[in-house]
Amino acid sequence: MEHTSLLERILRGIALTLVVIFFMFPIVWILMMSFQTNETILRIPPQLVFKPTLANYTALITGKLTTAAGTLDIAFMRNLWNSVFLSVTSVAVALLLGVPAAYAFARHKFRGSEDIAFTLLSFRFAPALLVLLPLTLYFQKLGLANTYIGLIWVYQLICLPLILWIVRGYFEDIPADIEYAYRIAGHSWFATFRKIALPLAGPGIAAAGLLAFIFAWNNFVFALVLASADKQPVTVGALAFITSSGIQYGQISAAIVLSITPTLALALYAQRYLVEGLSLGAVKG
Amino acid sequence: MSQSALAISGVDKFYGPIDRGVHAVQNLTIEIDKGEIVALLGSSGCGKTSTLRMIAGFEEVSRGTISVAGRKVHALPPVKRNVAMAFEGYSLYPPLTVRENMAFALKAAKLRKSDVEAKVASIAKLLEIEDVLERYPSSISGGQQQRASLGRALIRQADLHLLDEPMGQLEPQLRAVLRGRIKHFIKERGLTAILVTHDQTEANALADRIAVMEGGVLQQFDTPDMLKQRPANLFTGTFVGEPPMNVFEAYVGTAADKINLRLPDGLSLDYDKDAFSGSVRDELLKRQRVVIGIRPYAVRRSKDGVPATVSANQWLGDQTHIAADFAGGSLVLVEHDRTRLELGAPINISIDPKNLHVFDQSSGMAISHGMELA
Repeated sequence: MEHTSLLERILRGIALTLVVIFFMFPIVWILMMSFQTNETILRIPPQLVFKPTLANYTALITGKLTTAAGTLDIAFMRNLWNSVFLSVTSVAVALLLGVPAAYAFARHKFRGSEDIAFTLLSFRFAPALLVLLPLTLYFQKLGLANTYIGLIWVYQLICLPLILWIVRGYFEDIPADIEYAYRIAGHSWFATFRKIALPLAGPGIAAAGLLAFIFAWNNFVFALVLASADKQPVTVGALAFITSSGIQYGQISAAIVLSITPTLALALYAQRYLVEGLSLGAVKG
Repeated sequence: MSQSALAISGVDKFYGPIDRGVHAVQNLTIEIDKGEIVALLGSSGCGKTSTLRMIAGFEEVSRGTISVAGRKVHALPPVKRNVAMAFEGYSLYPPLTVRENMAFALKAAKLRKSDVEAKVASIAKLLEIEDVLERYPSSISGGQQQRASLGRALIRQADLHLLDEPMGQLEPQLRAVLRGRIKHFIKERGLTAILVTHDQTEANALADRIAVMEGGVLQQFDTPDMLKQRPANLFTGTFVGEPPMNVFEAYVGTAADKINLRLPDGLSLDYDKDAFSGSVRDELLKRQRVVIGIRPYAVRRSKDGVPATVSANQWLGDQTHIAADFAGGSLVLVEHDRTRLELGAPINISIDPKNLHVFDQSSGMAISHGMELA
């Protein structure tokens, strides 16, 4: 049993509350804004009590944005779908390529393996804008500009090194003898990878996948340059809310709420899973 | 036709490029009969674990061949070698219980469920881990994990059982009990086992024959008795046996009908020429300098012996270890009575020629043991 005095508990409660308020405030404020019209949002001083409206969400879902200057078509739902599709597919491809590669780098030291691994990591060093111009020209020649395949390919620059390097560390932490024990008990190399290495590195793979997903989801600049309207993710699509008749704060807030929901849900779900997995994997060498 | 259970022939292991990397195992040739228990004994880095891992298939063989039960296996993956192994680091599967860990290989071999359960039960009883069968590896002690790992290897019906430091983590009492049981278990089932250890008590207790390795080179492969009585070289002589053999450099001289082994500090061990056989005498006299070795148990105190000075005196409960300054070095002798000697007390020691081991001074190879030629 922990021995804590009443005072200690109260102080701890206050400290925790302060931290939670500090971090949750922007999200709560955005959530509140998403249920207000531009007029109530921009009122000074701002007010906590307002008459909630679903107009922002309706506008996003129907794709008709009504402003003072008239009705505007926005493709938010399409953008949201693009974000989901691009992120999920990119992470899936990166996992498919990165996990076996990470295993190879962790278990088999071959000539130049460190160099190759480092080269893959160095993709993360290059400033995206520097890469983009030549990439755009190449993609136009190859017919990959403004295609999902092209975007997913470029997204590998974000996802693959991340997954490769995180997962590699997890594979290296598994004592090789556990795999040997499995192999000598009558299993092939591939069965060992599938039944021993993958489950033991599971939490790491999940964490890397989650991180890669968030990075892919939040990516802006690749999609801005390489995708046109019908392939754009929400990050780029949000620019549409800056209209000639002003910035649509209400819709932007609603769009933010809708676009962080998938990542938030995933993070909350995976967090529980990750903690469980990490504490279970008490692997002794 | 009797087939050897394991034949290692001319095996080299290099870490790094062949002929340029670290030469961990050098030109190793060993043959082990079916039903035999062999210990690979040596200090850390002597190549014993590399050898074991090459047999298992976790390390590539740089040169040479390895055959298990008559099949050449050195190019096969571990799964096709039909060997079982207990790992020094236990390497139990964390998500499985001890029972599942042990039953695992049997299930892979498609044994009937009732057979698997019976085998697990009997091995668990043998190793005294019945009470932790349903627990997970992370929740049991190191000693229990080690026994579970040993059980996982012994439960299998393999051509060869490889045991890497199988009892290092156990408490001394349990270790002594289990040694006997495991030996009985292996012998009863006619299994062939290779045990890697740096503990000579364990090697002596379990093994029919011991392969002593040092610096990647096999020094001697013989029964425990022969290793003690007839060490092939200075390394085996000093490595095997507790406390270690006393060694001194000596000049060989003759005077009248005596052979003198002249030690530093003007001391000399004098023996009748007739005490040695003709061939041993010839070998001795061929050399100017030799290294002589005497086991601590074979050193006697006697009035007309060579003088030495007591530097330590310990009663271990069943024997006395006396260390003495002798011939510019230190000499240890063991007596079975409780001897009380003051530090600095003069003693006289004598060495029976039949307990004398003589080694070549430059090569370290044994020349003679007692009165016989090596």
